[in-house]
Amino acid sequence: MQVSQSQINEDAIDLMINMGPQHPSTHGVFRLVIWVDGEKIQKVEPHIGYLHRGSEKICESESYNQIITLFDRLDYVGNLNNELAFSLAVEKLMDLEIPERAQYIRVILCELNRIASHMLFYGVYGLDAGATTPMLYAFRERERIQELFESVTGARLMHNYIRIGGIKEDVEKDFKEKVHKLIDHLKESIDECDDLLSNNEMFLVRTKDIGIITADEAIDLGLSGPSLRASGVLEDIRVTDSYSIYDRFDFGIPIGSKGDCWDRYFVRVQEMRESIKIIEQALADLPEGEIITPIKGMVRPPKGEVFVRTESPRGDLGVFVVSDGSDKPYRVKVRPPSFVNLQALELMLRDTYLADAVLVLGSIDIIMGEVDR
Amino acid sequence: MNFQEILKYFVYAGMIFTVLAGIAAYLTLMERKVLAWIQQRMGPKYVGFKGILQPLADGIKLVIKEDLLPSWSDRTVYWIAPIAVLVPALLMWVAIPITDGIVLDDSDLGLFYITAISVLTVMGLVMAGWGSANKWAVMGGLRAAGQLVSYEIPFIMSILAIAMLAQSLNLTEIVNQQTTFAFILKQPLAFVIFFIAGLAELGRIPFDIHHAESEVVGGPFVEYSGAHWAVFYLAEYMNTFTVAVLTTILFLGGWVWPQMPFEGSLHDFLSILLFMFKTVAVIYLIFWIRGTYPRLRIDQLMAFGWKLLVPLSFLNVVITSIVLFYGFSHFVLSAVSIFLTGVLFYMISNRSKKYDSGETVRIVSSSQVRDNQNFKEPL
Amino acid sequence: MPENPDSEEVVETTGAEVSDETSEAKKPEPKKPVRKEREVPTVPVNLDEKSTQLSSFLDTNCPENISPSIGAEADIVTITVDKKNLIEACNYLKNDENLQFNYLSLVTVVDYEAISETFELNYHLVSLKFRHKIAVKCNLPINDLSIPTISEIWTTANWFERESHDLFGVIFEGHPNLSPLLLFEEFEGFPGRKSFPFHDYQEW
Repeated sequence: MQVSQSQINEDAIDLMINMGPQHPSTHGVFRLVIWVDGEKIQKVEPHIGYLHRGSEKICESESYNQIITLFDRLDYVGNLNNELAFSLAVEKLMDLEIPERAQYIRVILCELNRIASHMLFYGVYGLDAGATTPMLYAFRERERIQELFESVTGARLMHNYIRIGGIKEDVEKDFKEKVHKLIDHLKESIDECDDLLSNNEMFLVRTKDIGIITADEAIDLGLSGPSLRASGVLEDIRVTDSYSIYDRFDFGIPIGSKGDCWDRYFVRVQEMRESIKIIEQALADLPEGEIITPIKGMVRPPKGEVFVRTESPRGDLGVFVVSDGSDKPYRVKVRPPSFVNLQALELMLRDTYLADAVLVLGSIDIIMGEVDR
Repeated sequence: MNFQEILKYFVYAGMIFTVLAGIAAYLTLMERKVLAWIQQRMGPKYVGFKGILQPLADGIKLVIKEDLLPSWSDRTVYWIAPIAVLVPALLMWVAIPITDGIVLDDSDLGLFYITAISVLTVMGLVMAGWGSANKWAVMGGLRAAGQLVSYEIPFIMSILAIAMLAQSLNLTEIVNQQTTFAFILKQPLAFVIFFIAGLAELGRIPFDIHHAESEVVGGPFVEYSGAHWAVFYLAEYMNTFTVAVLTTILFLGGWVWPQMPFEGSLHDFLSILLFMFKTVAVIYLIFWIRGTYPRLRIDQLMAFGWKLLVPLSFLNVVITSIVLFYGFSHFVLSAVSIFLTGVLFYMISNRSKKYDSGETVRIVSSSQVRDNQNFKEPL
Repeated sequence: MPENPDSEEVVETTGAEVSDETSEAKKPEPKKPVRKEREVPTVPVNLDEKSTQLSSFLDTNCPENISPSIGAEADIVTITVDKKNLIEACNYLKNDENLQFNYLSLVTVVDYEAISETFELNYHLVSLKFRHKIAVKCNLPINDLSIPTISEIWTTANWFERESHDLFGVIFEGHPNLSPLLLFEEFEGFPGRKSFPFHDYQEW
């Protein structure tokens, strides 16, 4: 008896699998409904919202300085970058002059934060691929950065350090030496990263040519950050739409060419190296002086609206603030990079296997706190 | 069969179980310690002296734990599955010798018996996957079936080459053939294939596809808890030990190569020590690989097995038979085998060389971007 | 006590004044905390060179049928269009070779129900090629919250529009899938709106 191919396909019943909300490699409470035919993925449907806390609505009932703590809790891996984005927005509304020293300390801490975030990505991505060792090496380095943050801001994760007009308090006297020591460690450990995972044959076989997304598709989908750059689009908001004092530093922008998982991974690893260059330059120029522009009374920006774009570790973090002149914002809207990047998952997962779903999801480095807000 | 004989078998069975369970338990400790060294950690260190009692604590905890039964599960299959995995792991030890004479049944078909029994493990895994009534478990069970059955072929073919060399299926006899040269020197290719296929049979990284934590959430074991889960892991570590022992017996010269000095019982003792040392070395290698590699994808695993290992293992058998038939020197066999091992490694590395790292990512400096013409005004 | 006390008066007649009921008529008006109407300044428009050029370019070159009004907020050029011209305006902004706004950054709904009975939609666009930024604004009357979807022009808008539908109840006509994104299926009401009670919910 002859059975035609189409007949087989019609008779085949796909298996629907719920990946998440409780699954070890969904990086938070994220649910991905997958229809598989054997091991081949036929269709996926992402479901988000399990962590929706209504942060944007809560912002409307808090004063400006209180909102900074809410921004800490959006992207809880790149907190300082989030704080910076909101502060920049309000400072632009108020047309504040920020003291030089505060600017430099902000940049140093934000770049360290970026390294910490990428380190977390690196470790967890290894874990997704099945390699347990990179995770512990990465967390050791992240711990060093975390310790520095603790000594500067007083908290390991939820810093609440960047204030509107400057920073909360000055760094200690031996800050420079501490950071120099830290980045010496980091330089070695990033090379270690390459030895452990980047050039591992099996890792290459697993991640190359998986989850490809072309430059046009990436722009159309609004991908940002390392995921966009991996597709070969030259877009780093620190350079192309410079904010804070990033226009004073010389550093490289890693650009991928294929847009597969490995490119997205390696762009992040290279970005850590470039961040170290920024930190070194900033440390060399770190001036003395004031750390905050004092604001009398409550923060009351004038009436109007402002939109700033910043480059968070995950991508284009935009903040849109509408002020009605009172001490509370009328509307705050965040452009969460993870939220937008997650949209691309459906496209990336075409023609892949079930095991690739984990790696592709890992490679866009989502933080569910930011996706759901 | 009189009462005494029946008692004897019970005592033997009890001994095998107790000794193997103890070894398996301490393999878990060894694995955790080895991984800890690789990962710059301490590993377990609080229970007993330097964590020496940790396996005991784990065991007690697992036995006391609540044993959950998913409401949709197929109960009979669900409860039988752990036994179906554990029993073959124990049964293999009927024919495996530790040293000359220390073996339950020195059968002439020992090797045949072991290969036959080792296939049974698949049944248990598929049963566990099916009985759990969980999609991830079914997925894991099916992966296990595909993986274990495919790697059974190179596993057996590499053993076959050894059996041909030794002209025997009796394990003691095979060891005693290696007094001058261990078979790894004559058959390095068979050794490599046996070891890789053995890893796949065990389901260890990089072949732990059927119970991959980050993909199928533990595969067939996802719904098991407490003592039943412990039984699966007991079986897995017993199998690890078995594969290490078989590698030692078949390729590394067991207890006779290199020959231990002295006579009498001291000689026997040293031989057993040598045997154990080799076994532990092989186990250490298995754990080392676990700490180093990520896992493969199922289709890559299958392609590796069917396109590379199976043809090479058949080729190995053919070459061995030619050498034996025409009575060539075994050095010829050695040379050809080493050459083919080189071919195998070349093909493995060639596969990944296709993906030369660093090539696709370039770095553009920021000053270059700032000066870029596109930056200038187009309007 | 007044016969029909509404809540405000009850609050005012507290403390010592409660016993003083007889002299209520004589009593001077209870002291209301007099808040000076603070003069609310507005954010000055501060366009940089590129944005100024973009603004003047749009002033002269924008097609008539879109009938935009071009303004500015802080440092960003805004273009306000009617909702029936939205698709046309978006297509123009994306496809005009001097503009090429190929990257949609953000879709925001701002609730001005209490002020002007409208919802304002903000589409923040970026041109990755020329590094321009622009905000497209579109006002929706509160009684007709439907607007054509732009998810076919920029796929990014897909989830943003679903989210806005979820939280504000804006209906995007022609959207491929407007099922709830952040909220669960049975949720009633639109929690993003100003009128949604903030602390009036049941925990379960």
